[in-house]
Amino acid sequence: MAEAAPARLEFRDRDRGRALLDALARWTDDRIDDPVSIMHVCGSHEQAIARFGLRSVLPPGLRVITGPGCPVCVTDAPEIDEAVALAESGIRVATYGDMLRVPGSRSSLADARGEGARVEVVYSVTQAAEMALASPDEPLVFFATGFETTAVATAAVLLRDPPANFSLLTAHKYIPPVMEIVAEMPATRVEGFLAAGHAASITGWGVFEPFVARHGLPVAIGGFEPLDLLAGFAALVERIRTGRPGVDNCFPRMVTREGNRRAQQQLWRVFEPTGGVWRGITRVPNGNLQLRAEWQRFDARQRFAARLERARRIPAPPTRAGECRCGDIMAGIATPADCALFRGACTPALPRGACMVSSEGTCRIWHEYGGADPLAADVA
Amino acid sequence: MRKDERIGLRHGAGGPAMRELVRSVFARNAIARDDALGLANLDDAAAVRVGERWLVYTTDSHVVNPAFFPGGDIGRLAVSGTVNDLAVMGATEPLGLACAVVLEEGFAGAQLLTIQASIEAACAEAGTSIQTGDTKVMGRGEIDGVVITTTGFGFADRLVRDDGLRPGDDIVVTGTLGDHGFAVLARRNDLRVEGDLRSDVAPLNRLLAAALAAGGDAVVAMKDPTRGGVASALHEMAEKSGVGIVLDEASLPVRAPVRALSELVGIDVLHVANEGKALLGVRPQETKRVLEALRAHPLGRDAQRIGACCEQRSGRVVLDTGFGRRLVAESDGELLPRIC
Amino acid sequence: MCLGVPGRVLEIDGLVARVDFWGVEREVRLDVVDQPVEPGDFVLNHVGFAIRRIPEEEIEQTLALYDELLAELEREDLMAADVRSELAGARPRDDG
Repeated sequence: MAEAAPARLEFRDRDRGRALLDALARWTDDRIDDPVSIMHVCGSHEQAIARFGLRSVLPPGLRVITGPGCPVCVTDAPEIDEAVALAESGIRVATYGDMLRVPGSRSSLADARGEGARVEVVYSVTQAAEMALASPDEPLVFFATGFETTAVATAAVLLRDPPANFSLLTAHKYIPPVMEIVAEMPATRVEGFLAAGHAASITGWGVFEPFVARHGLPVAIGGFEPLDLLAGFAALVERIRTGRPGVDNCFPRMVTREGNRRAQQQLWRVFEPTGGVWRGITRVPNGNLQLRAEWQRFDARQRFAARLERARRIPAPPTRAGECRCGDIMAGIATPADCALFRGACTPALPRGACMVSSEGTCRIWHEYGGADPLAADVA
Repeated sequence: MRKDERIGLRHGAGGPAMRELVRSVFARNAIARDDALGLANLDDAAAVRVGERWLVYTTDSHVVNPAFFPGGDIGRLAVSGTVNDLAVMGATEPLGLACAVVLEEGFAGAQLLTIQASIEAACAEAGTSIQTGDTKVMGRGEIDGVVITTTGFGFADRLVRDDGLRPGDDIVVTGTLGDHGFAVLARRNDLRVEGDLRSDVAPLNRLLAAALAAGGDAVVAMKDPTRGGVASALHEMAEKSGVGIVLDEASLPVRAPVRALSELVGIDVLHVANEGKALLGVRPQETKRVLEALRAHPLGRDAQRIGACCEQRSGRVVLDTGFGRRLVAESDGELLPRIC
Repeated sequence: MCLGVPGRVLEIDGLVARVDFWGVEREVRLDVVDQPVEPGDFVLNHVGFAIRRIPEEEIEQTLALYDELLAELEREDLMAADVRSELAGARPRDDG
């Protein structure tokens, strides 16, 4: 009933959607025993797929795997521990809402807040900088999480000369390197990748050409509306079936070959890639973004090194992870249904792993939206 | 709730954590009775038989922050919330309200007078009044502004519970979704959005009286979707009734600014509080008549049938998006905007 | 965290745009968008920054893209050379 965004900006036309789904089913009907396997690497893609109920209608010959695309989930426990340590030591910490309840080795920022720490949820890094400006006599640390799209915003704020009491605890990640790792994992049988549309609007789709050439796997740039997603799947299935690797830009209204050069310049002026550990995936060369030397005066790890060192000396209790399969799930090797803890011992209220905490975590999304629960067509 | 546990914000969010707290602590010794509706039922109100009728009674604490928001304030909320809890049980003519107020030292007199004016206006709309209450003041910082607890009671000829749904019954909502929750969210979270976001807070007893007059026995269940939104309310109804519910996304009535904000912050309209809406379970033969009665009333103009009950997936709520189907989960705690 | 929502620019003051998201308005920063933005343009907002201006013509083209894709998928014989070349010609490639 509401007059919403013009229909042409919301690609939710149901007739076209069903036609695309029918076509996908026809094109994969001889692969039911060995489904065509596509991986996406974006938590928001999984959110969109789940939210629009696409999982319940994807054809059986097509398997869409959720890769390590949830920036919250892949933020490793030690990084969260650092944020918690700073908060517990009395420093004001600003964070995106998604990170608030993610558990570190011992506790989350929400737990720290419950014990009296000053943890503020912000909706943009700009807001965090403004908070610092409003209280110049005390430090404010921004827990900078998210992938490259979000890192662009952080870079923009640094380039605009933030107040001296503002600093960053950086945990930004960069996606293309992790696609390499997944492509080379022997256990995965991924035949094509759906790349994140908003990240590609920054980096351009050209960055995927070397990847395609190296691995012979097609890449489609996918948007976030139902038709965008289905078109992305269709383009990949077509290339997989005809054996023609290549890059398809299925999100032309946002993505060009070279991307947003201005944003790229700002990003790489402030950050540089470095190796890092992604929760559950072990080492990802060039997968983390760290502040370049000239920006390290804003590095909270240096400013508050003493407090962080003290916190590191407190032994963490033995990890409860146990049978948590977040790592495998994020690598696309397992689904939440394969994890013994899913829905039993591990729920959003009492999460064991990051995948259940984050709104973009695979387990959380499956728990909320039903995952592969066969939501059968008609009921009374 | 274990001794070593602490209360979290989720325990007040209207969802599964809160229900669990109530069941395991406050209602732990509750025993179900045939001649009364009580703690064991965990319905919107309690009721005892008096002669041929039921005396329904309920209480609510109101802690909304900010106390003043577009479309209303804590005073209007304090009256509407309690009147509505009575009304959705079938007690649409409240006999009276009692109101306990706890104020923080330093609370502005001007604000208190505004709140009182709102209370009086809401009572007039509901056809009731506050005849007794209590006043306390706590030291600065010992309480946040003002807390108002309202208790109400009224007679119902027929008790309408929240567990009466059967497969085939229709789910009707009396108007647009998410208005209150998003109006408050926009104000308190420094989101800096501007738009026509207004709380829908209003007493619904006269609207629901019209619906009951039109539908009679065919109105088999009612609930007001406050904290936790339509998702929580329908989950409770589905669980208690032993049915599944399928909602049709295209028929959910949502105002444009609410929809826009929902997309912007990534919070589902179904998870957000409504303070001037009710959900009705209606036998399908009478749905049309009930909708007509609702729409004839100013508070029910946007009433819609939004779904139906089924046998499958008992206790679960499913959304048909037009592309496919997915579960509607309950939000379990704070509604945190995703990166916007 | 890819949450990106399109909106229409109402007015601009330096590096700050007031954007209408069809029901709510919000300020969005223009520091990182790489094309000149004017009132009336559509932009994509992510964490309070416009990351892309959405050219009007692209929107229509996207719908056309989907229709073409559908037409291609309806063809039965995938391996026919003429079909393959049609696909190669018909699928829009971006030039950046």
